[in-house]
Amino acid sequence: MPFEYARPRTLAEASELLNGAGASALAGGTDLMVAIRHRKTRPTLVVDLKRVEDLDRGITHDKRRVRIGARTTMAQIADDEVIRSQFPALVAAVSVVGSVQIRNRATLAGNLCNASPAADTAPALIAFAATVEIVGAGVTRTVPVSSFFTGPGMNVLESGDLVTAIEIPIPDPPAGSAFARVTRRRGVDLATISLACLVDAEGGVRFGFGAVGPTPLLAETSLNDLESKPGWGRLLSVATPISDVRAGADYRRAMLDIHSKRAFEVARAAAGRR
Amino acid sequence: MSERHTIALTVNGVRRSASVTTAITLLDVVRDTFDLTGSKECCSEGECGACTMILDGEPVNACLILAVESDGSDVVTIEGVGSEVPTRLQQSFLDTGAVQCGFCIPGMVMAATALLDRNPSPTLGEVREGLSGNLCRCGGYGRICAAVLQTVGGSDDA
Repeated sequence: MPFEYARPRTLAEASELLNGAGASALAGGTDLMVAIRHRKTRPTLVVDLKRVEDLDRGITHDKRRVRIGARTTMAQIADDEVIRSQFPALVAAVSVVGSVQIRNRATLAGNLCNASPAADTAPALIAFAATVEIVGAGVTRTVPVSSFFTGPGMNVLESGDLVTAIEIPIPDPPAGSAFARVTRRRGVDLATISLACLVDAEGGVRFGFGAVGPTPLLAETSLNDLESKPGWGRLLSVATPISDVRAGADYRRAMLDIHSKRAFEVARAAAGRR
Repeated sequence: MSERHTIALTVNGVRRSASVTTAITLLDVVRDTFDLTGSKECCSEGECGACTMILDGEPVNACLILAVESDGSDVVTIEGVGSEVPTRLQQSFLDTGAVQCGFCIPGMVMAATALLDRNPSPTLGEVREGLSGNLCRCGGYGRICAAVLQTVGGSDDA
């Protein structure tokens, strides 16, 4: 697997290198290295982003939002006090990614860029209305996580684009959230289904669903709507699961239904306490 | 951007350098160039933890890290843990009979060492979580967890 390796220092350099055909971005490497080893990707150039000075490794906050720099690892996110208090569903999600060793390397931005329909962190980010900050050709743009994915393994990034940060608005007034995930075994497994639920103080409810469609999905509803069975039916109808090695489509639908209801109860109770 | 790169690392407190091709991993260079063969290669995809090393203070899977990527890092391998006298943790592994075939043990010891550095009095649940990235094909998890708990005077009754 011969490839060239580059270690750019600036965003402009990194962007230019990634503009070429056959270039792959390397952040934590926990997906890319496996893909290279299994010949699922054959890059001619690996662009290591860890020394890019304008790509932050770390978390900053103000009153309105939390900003997670592109090089921030899952372990850092799980340890951050503000994220722990404001976004418990995200902490629950990052804490089930791989193992301790994986979480020390894997980045949140990398998890999104990899664009797996089963990306563990995507449902929580979608429920919290997080946005992805992208820099390409010197221009910065912002895309909601809910419209970042375009298909399995695909996203809105164009050649030469780089994710620079993920921002999550802090719900005001406070909201309640919950995360749920079904796997075949307890740890270190891809999700059969996953979901996150946010219940806000105005009665709005946002779900993020994972592994039940070609991309992670957003489903919005309200406390009122969820009083009725048809309301739940409308909510869950966005899911179009497939059958694969992890589960059949019917099983996924059944698990999505029951775990959505449980997560909703947890999130609603948490919203009431805040 | 030549295909060979010279890297410099601190390995177990000793400055080392190597000339590496882009495709080789930190695990390869430690085993094959530095001849430190305690870290094992098994799954090569970050599932089994047999290659666990402590890189800049954090346990990582060395099979998923390019050697060039680790340039400038500080690495501790199993050879850097209790090389003269076994650490208390290693002694507990021996005392509890936690070592069966032994293949996973270097990775287990590195992961457990990192866990105890971060959390000096873990519960059984925390030990299990801390070692969840390390597989033992002998299935000796009970004694391995007991060994870690015994090191810190805990019990595995919970």
